[in-house]
Amino acid sequence: MKSKVYSNARTACEGVHDGMTLVFGGFGLCGIPEHCIEALREMRVVNLVCVSNNAGVDDGGLGILLQSRQIKKMISSYVGENALFEKLFLSGELEVEFCPQGTLAERMRAGGAGIPAFFTPTGAGTLIAEGKETRQFNGREYVLERGIVGDFAFVKAWKGDRFGNLIYRKTARNFNPMAATAGKVTVAEVEQLVEIGELDPDQIHTPGVFVQRIFQGHNYQKRIEQRTTRNG
Amino acid sequence: MPLSREQIAARMAQEVKPGFVVNLGIGIPTLVANYIPSSWGVFFQSENGLLGVGPFPTEAEVDADLINAGKQTVTAVAGASYFSSADSFAMIRGGHVDLTILGAMQVDQEGNLANWMVPGKMVKGMGGAMDLVAGARRVIVAMQHIDKDGRSKLLPRCDLPLTGRHCVHRVVSDYGVLDLGREGFVLREYAPDLTPDQVLRATQGKIVCAADCRPMTL
Repeated sequence: MKSKVYSNARTACEGVHDGMTLVFGGFGLCGIPEHCIEALREMRVVNLVCVSNNAGVDDGGLGILLQSRQIKKMISSYVGENALFEKLFLSGELEVEFCPQGTLAERMRAGGAGIPAFFTPTGAGTLIAEGKETRQFNGREYVLERGIVGDFAFVKAWKGDRFGNLIYRKTARNFNPMAATAGKVTVAEVEQLVEIGELDPDQIHTPGVFVQRIFQGHNYQKRIEQRTTRNG
Repeated sequence: MPLSREQIAARMAQEVKPGFVVNLGIGIPTLVANYIPSSWGVFFQSENGLLGVGPFPTEAEVDADLINAGKQTVTAVAGASYFSSADSFAMIRGGHVDLTILGAMQVDQEGNLANWMVPGKMVKGMGGAMDLVAGARRVIVAMQHIDKDGRSKLLPRCDLPLTGRHCVHRVVSDYGVLDLGREGFVLREYAPDLTPDQVLRATQGKIVCAADCRPMTL
């Protein structure tokens, strides 16, 4: 079997080209594949369509690809933390498809599960439903939403093994399990890369079959957007 | 005097019952947790993937991998669980969350809610709000009754893009508590320092005063 293990982000991101659709795990700056994003910036690939719940902050997360104008279109649910995003969008430099958070999660899940479309009650009667097929079930209106499959998907996990089995940590899990299923090629970066057999099969969140490439990242920044504490 | 943000949160806490699973939006709704006794066994759901949100961490407890939907560092209570965004919205859309409390820019007399964008001006996105109002068993809005220019935010019809249609069950504002009925807003309670008449005048949408309308108790 060909090894899935890559030495670093740059080699693991090999094959990403201009104009590709990329799916990202992460919520805010929590659980984002930060080394892959950095590698994409260095590769200078442009006209990217990025599917990610958020767009990072001005100088972090996907925000760094907005800074370098590498993103043509974002499919996201909330971008309020990124002032540059708002500016690029309002000036027409950046295309945006707003997608409700639960719909976005389900679109990734469906895409990865071989389901081309599904009906959801979310957004019925709003802008989001415009131009989409709707249908009544049990007297309620539902909107047809499409599954998403990316050319590449990028996820971040806490631990992974050489087969690509992944375990996430706390709320850094978020979109990562769905994103992992939704890439034609899925790249996982992990804090700890271990040998096959070291992870308890009962604890694995993403089975390795969904992951084509894996590498261990170093010096994770794990930036905190809103550091809130109480006196203890 | 209309209620302060803290007072709105305190009144809102009366909407939460022991054993409820509750999702709190950003802003005033987040404050509601401060008024719920831990003995009630209420579980707070955060849509990024945590059921059982605890208090903010001490400096020593801060963990970058543990945040709420407002991207704030939090802790998890005993009995908490972590899960994916798909599972999180299965809870929400599937009707497993008893109550969602969220903010609004506008609510209208048909129970429509607008809180996610101002065309040409504010572009932040809806986050999980559209799923929450479509799926939670009960939707209560915490909001200011009038905007900075003195205009009512409780309207005959929302003119901003909707977050959800016919989805609001109740509004708790700085002026009062209003239900959404067949005939528009129904005033149930008014702020202790205001008269029912003042609330009616501050509401642009169709509104009636409930027969048993009374001052709020905080």
